[in-house]
Amino acid sequence: MISLEINGKKYEVDVGSDVPLLWVIREHLKLTGTKFGCGIGMCGACTVHVDGKAQRSCITQVGSVQGKKITTIEGLPEDHPVKKAWIEEQVPQCGYCQTGQVMQAAALLMENPNPTDEKIIEAMDGNLCRCGTYPYIKQAIKKAVKEVKK
Amino acid sequence: MNKHITRRQFLHKSLVGAGLAVAASMTPSGIKISKAEDLKKKTESMFSPNVWIEITSDNIITVLVNKSEMGQGVATSLPMIAADELEADWKQIRFKEAPGGDKYIDPAWGMQLTGGSTSVRHMTEPLRKAGATAREMLLTAAALAWEVPQSECEARQGMVRHIKSGRTTTYGQLCEKASKLPIPPNPPLKKEDQFRFIGTPMPRLDVPDKVDGSAIFGTDIFVPEMLYAAVARPPTYGAKMISSDQDAAGKVPGVYKVVRVDRGMAVSASTIDAAWKGKKALDVKWDKGPHPDLNNETLEKNFTQHLDKQGVIARNEGNVKNALSRAAKKIGATYMLPYLSHVTMEPMSCTAHVLGDRCDVWVPTQNQSGVLQAAVKITGLRPEQIHVHTTYLGGGFGRRSETDVVEEALQISKSIGKPVKLIWTREEDIQNDFYRPGNCCRIEGGIDRNGKLTSWSHKVVVPSIFARIFPQMMKSGIDPAAVEGIANMEYEIPNLYVEYVRIDNPIPVGFWRSVGSSHNAFTVESFVDELAYAAKKDPLEFRFNLLKNHPRPRRVLEAVAEKSAWGKPFKKGQGLGIAYHFSFGSHVAQVAEVSVNKKDGTIKVHRVVCAVDCGPVVNPAIITAQMTGGIIMGLSAALKERVDFDQGAVKTANFYNYNELRMSEVPEIEVHLVKSKGEMGGIGEPGLPPIAPAVANAVFKAAGIRLRNLPMIPETVLKAMKKS
Repeated sequence: MISLEINGKKYEVDVGSDVPLLWVIREHLKLTGTKFGCGIGMCGACTVHVDGKAQRSCITQVGSVQGKKITTIEGLPEDHPVKKAWIEEQVPQCGYCQTGQVMQAAALLMENPNPTDEKIIEAMDGNLCRCGTYPYIKQAIKKAVKEVKK
Repeated sequence: MNKHITRRQFLHKSLVGAGLAVAASMTPSGIKISKAEDLKKKTESMFSPNVWIEITSDNIITVLVNKSEMGQGVATSLPMIAADELEADWKQIRFKEAPGGDKYIDPAWGMQLTGGSTSVRHMTEPLRKAGATAREMLLTAAALAWEVPQSECEARQGMVRHIKSGRTTTYGQLCEKASKLPIPPNPPLKKEDQFRFIGTPMPRLDVPDKVDGSAIFGTDIFVPEMLYAAVARPPTYGAKMISSDQDAAGKVPGVYKVVRVDRGMAVSASTIDAAWKGKKALDVKWDKGPHPDLNNETLEKNFTQHLDKQGVIARNEGNVKNALSRAAKKIGATYMLPYLSHVTMEPMSCTAHVLGDRCDVWVPTQNQSGVLQAAVKITGLRPEQIHVHTTYLGGGFGRRSETDVVEEALQISKSIGKPVKLIWTREEDIQNDFYRPGNCCRIEGGIDRNGKLTSWSHKVVVPSIFARIFPQMMKSGIDPAAVEGIANMEYEIPNLYVEYVRIDNPIPVGFWRSVGSSHNAFTVESFVDELAYAAKKDPLEFRFNLLKNHPRPRRVLEAVAEKSAWGKPFKKGQGLGIAYHFSFGSHVAQVAEVSVNKKDGTIKVHRVVCAVDCGPVVNPAIITAQMTGGIIMGLSAALKERVDFDQGAVKTANFYNYNELRMSEVPEIEVHLVKSKGEMGGIGEPGLPPIAPAVANAVFKAAGIRLRNLPMIPETVLKAMKKS
């Protein structure tokens, strides 16, 4: 049994400790907002927060995050400035990568509430979007930064 | 009821198909989507004058969308069209994906398929009529209820108002009465200046779900007793299976069964992790296959050799041979473009449940008709026993018009008698694609003494997409995709000759965003640029001279020239490049501003200015987003993407060797909509084709090197530099 704390809730899951956190979140706990994109940590679709830091859940063994606080997109408050900015800027197209993008951006703002353009790009460069929403993502992050400053 | 629940509700409605009736009929067979508890909604009276619109007594209007939402915005733009004629309040509008079936076929195509940037073009008329019909019936219902002439009533923002008395009633209140009325044959349509939604940047209906994670994609489907599957397929084209270790696979905890499928062996298991481990333990051994010599080098050689073969003539105006021989100046060039993969962010996936008398398929598909056909073939059931539920698509770009993953899921479910969810790994997704075909062109052009282009001879060597998918559209052996953008180019050239040489090899090819235009725009627009320099003319002016009778292309070119400050001086190593292309009914011009690092061969694209004329506009914000996305995907292909082959197999596997553009490489992009009364064009694809030639032309301006091969990776740039 693996004990997990996800979005403030405690779960006991009967899986091997080597199973990627992604599949436990998705297929066991049915929190499907976290997506599978590449399985090697190179696209960012599976990004969650582990103790407040962005982490690729597809290459995180579930055994390694016991006792840590995990947040998925479902656990990010609905009025989170990043979520709000994403809607205002109409960022998503197909939408598949967007929850990962939102989680990555939210982690950035926790670490650095006033990032420069360079810092934004540096933080977001590991998250792929095939639809090409990058300019919208950049714009939404800047908007969220302004909102946080208020 | 809070907003969140409402959204969930309509989403689930969208997944179970035609609303409550279907949801109820699904229960006996035990099939329901997880979280279906959110679905419960008390039975309400419903007014549905046609298959596209449902109005319920809770005052909610649901528009059925028969086109797949893959990011291009149809789940918003199509409801906008119906809502406008209906005089709805936008807050009332929901959408649901139409179930697969004859009722929902695209009337222009006779099938249910999303592609060719046609959704809004094909569905505007039926949806306007549908909205107008509903509006007229609601007006009649109100007039009857109030016992007043219908002419004294007006419909506005989801209400009917009696003008004289000021009495009002909602569409929800009228729906029961309206549902009993006869359907008017010719409801009046609004005039253009009466549109309320059409032409405005309405917010997308799918965005909130996609931001909070509640949007259900293909991979997010859960069905009770569902198993997962993993399929072992031939690692090289045409390889035959030699052996497998079924005992070892069976011993992996969680593995249920190993079964044969058309393409190989499938392992089903209680978790996806167990299915993958089972596939590994199965350890299928394959022979080398019939094409061990297939690799990048042999492919390139084969394409080049085909340039000397006789093809079929796709267009022949004037007398090119004569004109070329008489030209004051003649130039020629050969271009080579690679195979490309779609790499939708959501890898291929499908959930299928085959029973003796019923089959359900939950799938992110662009091709409901194809899914239905595949299911009929595999299950032996009748079409009405098959239920195709379209989820959100995590990207499409043409890839999801194929039904290969659906066939696998159906075969496995039929074999094991249980619902099965199949999710391909990224490696499987990239290595089992139907690729954008590699291709090769030889072009010759002749200029007269005044620098005017008089002749153009274009030979294109490319595999055929249509021969496999729509063979009935091959006319005289010509694949329409192979020559699109060449044979129908807008330029006024008196002597034009276009020849198509079909090349066949084991690599499957398919529709990739903008299809033939994704390669033909590059060769045509690069060569126009080459000719302009040969004629010692400015590339923009040279194009204008070839478009004297073509106002729409001229206007988009004028727009990008102005917005990009075409002609402004640059320091060495920097420059602007221009390109124009017509595809899917739309005219697009782009200017790219680049700098070239001569030391390491890198190209930096700083800014792209785009102008589009797609005729009447439904949602300008969606058009801008599609142009932006098309530019970025096209730029990614132009600068980075290539599928590699080796020993009869696809060598490319995942994002470490299929390179895509990332945020740090994305230029500043501005999109200008050029107003026009011209015919309506598409928007999903036309933004992509011009960017590769615009960049290549800018590289020539900046660094004096002509890049005729894609992608424009540093290695290619340095090689070209050495030559020049």
